[in-house]
Amino acid sequence: MKTESSTGAAIIFDEVGKSFPKKGGGQVTALEGISLSVEPGTITGIIGRSGAGKSTLLRMVNGLEKPTSGKVLVGGRDVGEAKGQALRDIRREVGMIFQHFNLLSSRTVFENVALPLEISGMSSGEIKKRVDDLVARVGLQELSARYPAELSGGQKQRVGIARALATQPKVLLSDEATSALDPETTQTVLELLSDINRDLGLTILLITHEMAVVRDIASHVAVIEDGHIVEDGSTYDIFTDPKHPTTKSFLSGVTGVTLPEFIARELTETRPAGPAREVMRITFVGENATDPLLAKMSTELSLQVNILAGAIEEVDARPFGNLLISVEADRADEARNFLQQNQQRTEVLGYVS
Amino acid sequence: MSANLINMLMEATWQTLYMVAISTLLGAVGGLPIGVFLACSQKGELLSAPAVNKVLGVVVNATRSVPFIILVVAIIPFTRLVAGTSIGTTAAIVPLTIAAIPFIARLVENAIREVDSGLIEAARAMGATPMQIIRKVLIPEALPGITLGLTLAVVSLIGYSAMVGAVGGEGLGDLGIRYGYQRFMPDVMAMVVVILIVLVQLVQTIGEWIARRVDKRAPRNRGA
Repeated sequence: MKTESSTGAAIIFDEVGKSFPKKGGGQVTALEGISLSVEPGTITGIIGRSGAGKSTLLRMVNGLEKPTSGKVLVGGRDVGEAKGQALRDIRREVGMIFQHFNLLSSRTVFENVALPLEISGMSSGEIKKRVDDLVARVGLQELSARYPAELSGGQKQRVGIARALATQPKVLLSDEATSALDPETTQTVLELLSDINRDLGLTILLITHEMAVVRDIASHVAVIEDGHIVEDGSTYDIFTDPKHPTTKSFLSGVTGVTLPEFIARELTETRPAGPAREVMRITFVGENATDPLLAKMSTELSLQVNILAGAIEEVDARPFGNLLISVEADRADEARNFLQQNQQRTEVLGYVS
Repeated sequence: MSANLINMLMEATWQTLYMVAISTLLGAVGGLPIGVFLACSQKGELLSAPAVNKVLGVVVNATRSVPFIILVVAIIPFTRLVAGTSIGTTAAIVPLTIAAIPFIARLVENAIREVDSGLIEAARAMGATPMQIIRKVLIPEALPGITLGLTLAVVSLIGYSAMVGAVGGEGLGDLGIRYGYQRFMPDVMAMVVVILIVLVQLVQTIGEWIARRVDKRAPRNRGA
């Protein structure tokens, strides 16, 4: 994902920084040294807590914010430098959807989707055809004449998506598009985005504070904290082998594998005297993720394995599992060697007596 | 009440409606763009022009702080310049309009400031020009508020129009003063008051009805 490795990238952030003048003098640095390149046709997630600077970063792609240092390139054009008509031309090639939808309450579904086309100066005959197609694509044909106030949150976001696609952009920006929706609606909206990405080859850059959103649709992810990208890479790599503590904390919520309370309570960092069991986390990745590896280990080493918690899930259409087990502490080295020889990652969490 | 009096009342009502209608129309023509500009020209906004914004704000406030009766006499030379005469009902439209413009401008400004800034952001992201944002987003979205503002302006102008008798403007207020008060005819005064109350009620009701019609912000029952 680094800048230098790509030439045909859809979006390039090159050493981008943004600072605001602070009230009563001084500067607040919102972003610093951001380098990231988004390949065409991918879905890239930027994840961070509120105030991390992700929203500012996203808004630089269509020039709603200007970088104070570095460059943002969209389709090879410098957004920060563009002004007037040149900037408006870039914006027409970049669609955007919003957390609170930002639909015009005075316009019907049809008229909302038509707005960007009216702005671009399209004739009403062409608008009618294009908008009917778009409204059908997001499944709202029946509601075309309704006003936003008469729609549910999920339907409003579908209108937002149809509107963002109206000018046939190459890039779609998503600003926490599912954060105001319930989990079920979130799923359907994410599926719609996924479909659009696949069918139209649209590059999607989304910001979110939910790792589940990244897991469900993003092929790449960048973790942002305090205005810096602390980790980035393919979603699968980040999920299976997170390096930065912030990434790990975001993941702990979604991988959903935590020690049962009665064991967590007993867990000690150092091995207690006497007989003890070592508690470890195994991360199953790649092709072996679904192999009956534990059963094999148990037989081959004739070792008793106690499974404490576990799950296998799919990230970017590849399986990955997370298992918490305990084994006799005296033989834990053997177990870890066996697992590592089979390309699985282990991590010692502690000991219980 | 004599037929003559009824005639006078009807004529006075007509004159009031005439003055208020024309001055509201002209006031809206002048006040709408000024209101839009005031709402959009602070620092960092769509038509960022902070200096002009400040000056215009001061002018608007100054006009609004002059009591109407003083305004009427203070601008007599200007009225003569515009209307050719400084007395009469048509001449009275000039001070009424001058009072209406800043009043309507402030009401429009407030209505436009109520529009969710997210909508402006969405329109900017679509590549809209500032003028497109104003025409296609701000004004349509502020329309319910603008309608209620105009209603308020009409009601105020009906009140103001009662004072233009000072420069020979006729209408209900003038009739009430000259006949009801100076000639001591309480029945004329009562009729004038009743007609004014009915007019204001009517304007308010119609204004609210239109505002509801253009307001699509709340879901409505669509008959089955």
